[in-house]
This record gives sequence, structure tokens and C-alpha cells, in this order.
Amino acid sequence: MSVIFLLLTASILIAALFLLAFLWSVKKGQYDDQQSPPVRMLFDDKPTNNNQ
Amino acid sequence: MLLLVRNQLIKICAVIVSPLIYMNAYTVSKAVTCYHCGEDCTSVVISDGRNFCCEGCKMVYAILNKNGLCDYYAISQNPGSSQRIKVRENKFAFLDDEKISAPLLNYKDAHQTFITFYIPQIHCSSCLWLLENLHKLNKGVISSKVNFEKKEVDIIFNHAAVSLRKVAELLVSIGYEPYISFSDMRKAKPRLDKSKIFKVGVAGFCFGNIMLLSFPEYLGVNAQEHNLVLLFRILNVLLSLPVFFYSASEFYISAWKGLKHGFLNIDAPIVLAVAVTFIRSLYEVFANTGGGYFDSMSGIVFFMLIGRVLQDKTYQQLSFERDYTAYFPIAVSRMNSGVQQSVALPDIRLDDTLLIHNEELVPADGILTKGQALIDYSFVTGESMPVVREMGEIIYAGGKQVGGNIELLVIKEVAQSYLTKLWNRDEMNARKKDEARSFVHILSRYFTWVVLTIAISAALYWSFNDTSKIWPAVTAVLIIACPCALLLSNTFTNGNILRILGRNHFYLRNAQAIEEIGKIDTIVFDKTGTLTTSSNHSVEYAGDAITAEMKQQIASLAAQSNHPVSRAIVNYFDAKHVLPVAAFNAVTSKGVSGIVKGDCIKIGSRQFVLEDGVTEAASSTYISVNNKLIGRFFFKNQYRDNLYKLVMQLKWKYRLAVLSGDNDGERNYLGGLFGADAAILFNQKPENKLQFIKQLQQDGYKVMMVGDGLNDAGALKQADAGIAITDSANNFTPASDGIIEAEKLPLLYRFILFCRMNKNIVITSFVVSILYNIIGIWFAVQGSLSPMIAAILMPSSSLSILLLTFGCSSIAAKVLRLNN
Repeated sequence: MSVIFLLLTASILIAALFLLAFLWSVKKGQYDDQQSPPVRMLFDDKPTNNNQ
Repeated sequence: MLLLVRNQLIKICAVIVSPLIYMNAYTVSKAVTCYHCGEDCTSVVISDGRNFCCEGCKMVYAILNKNGLCDYYAISQNPGSSQRIKVRENKFAFLDDEKISAPLLNYKDAHQTFITFYIPQIHCSSCLWLLENLHKLNKGVISSKVNFEKKEVDIIFNHAAVSLRKVAELLVSIGYEPYISFSDMRKAKPRLDKSKIFKVGVAGFCFGNIMLLSFPEYLGVNAQEHNLVLLFRILNVLLSLPVFFYSASEFYISAWKGLKHGFLNIDAPIVLAVAVTFIRSLYEVFANTGGGYFDSMSGIVFFMLIGRVLQDKTYQQLSFERDYTAYFPIAVSRMNSGVQQSVALPDIRLDDTLLIHNEELVPADGILTKGQALIDYSFVTGESMPVVREMGEIIYAGGKQVGGNIELLVIKEVAQSYLTKLWNRDEMNARKKDEARSFVHILSRYFTWVVLTIAISAALYWSFNDTSKIWPAVTAVLIIACPCALLLSNTFTNGNILRILGRNHFYLRNAQAIEEIGKIDTIVFDKTGTLTTSSNHSVEYAGDAITAEMKQQIASLAAQSNHPVSRAIVNYFDAKHVLPVAAFNAVTSKGVSGIVKGDCIKIGSRQFVLEDGVTEAASSTYISVNNKLIGRFFFKNQYRDNLYKLVMQLKWKYRLAVLSGDNDGERNYLGGLFGADAAILFNQKPENKLQFIKQLQQDGYKVMMVGDGLNDAGALKQADAGIAITDSANNFTPASDGIIEAEKLPLLYRFILFCRMNKNIVITSFVVSILYNIIGIWFAVQGSLSPMIAAILMPSSSLSILLLTFGCSSIAAKVLRLNN
């Protein structure tokens, strides 16, 4: 019996955590520009070359 | 089977044809293209063994090469935009003026300045990469971040090390000229409304958990575990609170707004159903008679919100609300006792002397006092040819100077100008009542009456038989038969149609525009810039045969002049090398003459070339060699590709009309194309166009206006569906209900057919959902609607509506060949 109470609280808390993560990411504008992030992550940062 | 055979045939054909294609590709690749912009090079500039079409492209390459940013060319091929037209030096001098630049800034503190530039050239991953590496080009730039969808770059720079003007000029130097317009002065940019997304998130979370917590009760819990059931119910109540009070508030607000205007929209019966469900469920839980319908309620709210979000798809890079301020520059040069200074548009006063450079806009009505004015009004009035203005003549605001610098004396301030006044008319500020017009609301009202009748009949029946069942029966009917299915089918269909049209580069302002386009029966076109292309002028030659050498001579002379006809002649002869011209003489608005390779050549009007005293309309240009007439050029409007086909398709179903601000030189051609029934009017002022649309509407027609320029703005606003055309060359479109990319104009007929299908799809899926409703009501009127049946019916009806609407609209798109 009591284990169900524990599991219930845990499951709802975890779900709520994901909800908060979602709301936070929307608020921070992570979905505002859906085209550049997938391209941006493929750019390599060249090691800075002193000769240039 | 047939499909298989067809596919095989295509494959076989492909095998046969592919060597041919390769050969083609080979011959094409031999043509020299610019390493920077990928355009064909007519005159090649070589640097580092690479070909460039012009000095501008080479310059950009040189800068990037020097700073080790040549990865730019590796990420995508020929990523640049052509630099053939040079940006004037000092063009951004106005940014040095604090008063002008201050409203443009996002934020400024002691060390850093934050600014957002709109850069229309952003189009590929190379652009993204380069613009985010600005700090490598100038140490003063701290960071830069591109928003690809908005085509904007946010730049943070250290204003002690580099000025705003220098940042703008840095962007220009690498080929990304920021577009700064008068409308940027009013910094109130609409923020993206994210509240609906939040509401969907919360509703989804609650819906999922309530569903989970309701399962035990549906599946049967042991009688000993009574406490557990109670716990589940209490948790459900708690989880339903945010749905009822927060997520569903979307519908309360909309329903209340409707009621305030005396209009019963679809949200009103939905609010009623949601409220009844919530109250009955609360009652059941606290009276300990049942588990309530919390899962059905939150599920409905969740699905309806998703539909709304889908339907509200916005195109960030487009604006449907632009007025003339987005077309005007933010500042111009004013002459102050011989010294140039920048002045913001609102600060232009009467009797100021303005200096207008090549390719710049005239911001206020004025009198020409210095220089040769050749004003391109194509965007403002629809005249396809630039107009020559003599000293002392009035130049109206909105025209673009082509050629050298001119000076003019302001006679009307910006707000009083001819062009600006159009926006002060009532029609321009009247908002269309979008919401009240959809057929969905009317349908929902009938639906509500039917549902209420059923509920009352059920109540009457039970009041004679078993009074204890009145309350469950009535509430169950209201719960099960809420018009949410109608709302769902409408929003999901609209959302999918908007998306498919968007993929085909036809962007609509909102879902209501789909319905309006479906209803139209009359289409009015603008000519200049809509039926014709605004950039390419073409000429046709009639007269004696010309030798290759003579062609070169004529083209060399024509190349000396900036007039569009001269440039069209150069293009016509495809001249690669320009011969030296001696004794060059240009007479404004008449023609040019000069000696090329010993022959005296004249190009110009009849009066100028033949000197026989006969004046003619400016549509043809004469050519003489050594005072002997050899032929003439006819100036032709360049119509868009596939226009003929489009007009043929539209002609059968719609009343067509053409309104042009231009002269009637094209009357015969357009008359032949559009047929005798179509009204074709020339020399139309913006007010005339607006009145014409109004008259049609008063006669009971539903009008679509297709236009591009500021002169169409009034008509676009007045029309039931105003569609603006956008060229890549032009990044301004007047306020409209939809924006279509120019090369997609030939698809207009199919777009309209697609919009017409919208209503059919909505009604079909609504009928299907009524079947579910009948099953539900069957249980409801008997007062035996168990939460489990509701919980099965609700998601299954929602899902089938979802599949049906998406399926139908995608099939419709396929049938109309709109999938790409």
C-alpha cells in the first residue's frame, strides 16, 4: 500500500520537473529559431592560428 | 500496380537520360561563375586564381581571406550575394547621430551596446557562420547571434572600441547590408505571445497524469482499498485545477469578448461544456458518488489548445501589417549651408534642402533644385518607366532616384506628403472583423440549439419517469455534445492548410484568410510588379538588319547611360566588351549620341534622333547611324512566366480585372490575354483602385486583390482577400492578408482551389464526429454515461478527427500537386 503513495509522489514530481523544464525552455526562447541551432552545432571552432 | 509500372518507366527513362544530363551539366559548368555569389561573370575579375563577377565580390573575398574566414566558402557553395551595386560610402553616416541611432538600440550600458539588425540577405549556413564570427573581423564586436527565421542578427559590441556606424559598415563590407527603415524608429516590436504554448504544456501534463490516475478506477479497485480510490480522486481534482483555471482561460476570454460584442462564437458553448463537466465532476467526487470526468475535460482542453496553436502558426520573417514607414529610410541627408548632415525623417521641415543620392528614396514632396532627376515610381504609382523631372518640378515622396545626386526643397513634411496621406484614410485603419465571419461560428450556434433541445427533452422525459436521473442526464448531454469536435476539425484543418501553403511559399496572415480566399469570385490584378517583373525591362528591335560590329557600337554607346532603356539595349545585344565612345553627349529625357569607331550614333526619342519635329509617346526608341535611321526599339513589359496559363485557368471561374497605374501602352496585350469581359483600367491612382474594389463589393462580389506596391495598399486592405507579391529583390510588402512569392504566382489557381476545400474538409470531419456524438448522447440521455465511456469516446473522436483532417488536407494537396 504505502509503496504506492511513494511511487505516486515520485512519478508526479518527476513529471512536474519535466513540465517545468519545458516551460523554462519555451520562456528562454529555445524554440524561437528552429533553423540555426542544428546548423550551428556543426561548425567547428578552428584552433587559433598565430600565423594568420 | 499501375503506379509500379509508372515508376519503373520513370527509372528506365532516368537511366537513358542521365548521360545527357551529365553532358549538360558539363557544358554549363564551363561558363564562368563568380566564386563569391555564383552569378555568371560577364567581365571577369581574377584574384588568387578565383573568378569574381565584380570588384565588390572580390573585395568581400579579400577581407575574408585576410582574416582567415574563408571557411565561409567551404560551408555552402557561392554563398554570397552579388555586390555589383555598390553601397554608397557614408550611407550609414546617420548612425553617428545619437538622436537617430538611440531608438534603434536594444540596450546600452557603460561598456556594451546591444543592437538587432535586419539583414535580408541571410539565406544559408555560411551566412550564419560568418555573421557569428564578426568578432574575428573587428575586436570591438563582443558577440553576434543570428536568428535565422527572422533574418536578424543580434550584435553586442564595445562602443568604446567601435561605433555603431562602424559595425553597420563592417556588415556592408562583407556583403550583408542591414536594412534600416523608418518603422524601426518606433521600437514597439510585437513580442511573440507564448502564453498558449504554456497553457498547452500545463494542460498536457495534467491530462496525462489524470488519465493515469483514473485507470485504476476504470479497471476496478478492491473494495478494501477505498482510501486509495479517494486519494486518486483528490489528486485528480488538484490536477484539474490548473487546467480549468489556467489552460482553459483561453476560451473564457474569447467567449467573453464575443458576448461583449453581442456575438455567440464557438467558444461560448465550449466554455459551458467545460464548466458543466468540471462542476459535475467536483460534485461527484465530494458527494462520493463517482470519479468525475476530469480526464475527458482536461483532454478536450489539451487537444483544442493544440489545434489553436497549430492554427496560429506565424511566419516570423514576414509582417502583414507594414505601412509606408517600413519602406522609407530612417534618415536622409540635409544640406545645411553647403554642409551635409543626417536628419531623421520626422525632423524634416518645410524649406529644408535634401540631398538624394542614387537609388535613394524621396521621403517628402519637394521641388527639384539641383541635378538631373530620373524618378522610378514603379512601386508607388505603378508606372513602369522612370520619369524625368526638370528643375522646378514637384517630386512626390516615395519615388526612387536613379542616376546622380539631386537636391530638392521640401514643400510638404513627411506626414503631409501625397503618399502618406493615403494611410490617413479611414479604410486604411479599419480592421476587418476576422472572428465574426467564419462559418464555424454559425454552425456551432445551430449545433448548440440542437444540443440544448436534446438536453431539455431528456430532462422532460426523466421528470415524468425518474426524477433522480434529470441531473445526470442533462449534464452528460452537455458534456458529450460540446462542439469541441467542430473546433478541433476547424483548427487542425486550418493549421495543416496554412503549413502546406507556407511550404509552397504562399504565406497567409491567419486562418480566416483561407476561408476568405475560398469565397472569392472576382480577382483584381495590379500590373506593374505583379503581372510584370519589376527588375527586368526588355526591348524588341524592329528595322534594318544590324551587323555584329554595329551591335557592339550601339551597345557601347548605350552602356554610357544609366537609363533603363539603355541598359535593356545593352542586355539585348549581350555586349561583353565596351568600345571607347568619343564626343559623348546626353540630353536629359531625349537621348544620347556619340562617336564609336568613327561612326556617329544616336539613340533616343524620335524628335532627338530624326529631328523631324514629330513627337511620339515614349514607348519606342530610335537609332540612327551617321544620321541615317536604321530602326527602333520597342520597350516591352516583361510579364511573369506562366502568366498566360494562370489567366486561362482563372478566366473560366472568376471575374478578372486589371488595375494599372501605368499608361495604356499594354492595353492590347492585356485585352487579348484577359478577354473582353475583364475590366482593364489604366492610369489608376491609389484612391481609384480602392474605390474600384469598394464598388465591386457593393455590387455583391467577393474580391481578391493581387498587388505589390504602395499604390495597391489601399486596395489590398479593402479587398476581402488582399495578396501581396514579394520578389527577392524587394523586401517590402504592404499590409495584406497573404504574401506570395513571385515565382509561385502561376500556382495561384491551385492555391485558391485548395483554400476552397478547407470548408469541405471541416464539414466532413464534423459529420464524422457527430457519429461519435450520437453514440455518446445515446448513453447520456439514459443517464448512464460512465466516465470510462466518456474517456474512450473523447480521445478516439479527437484522434480520428485529427487523422481525418490531416489526411484529407494532405491528399487534397497531393491532388493539386502542391507537395514539394
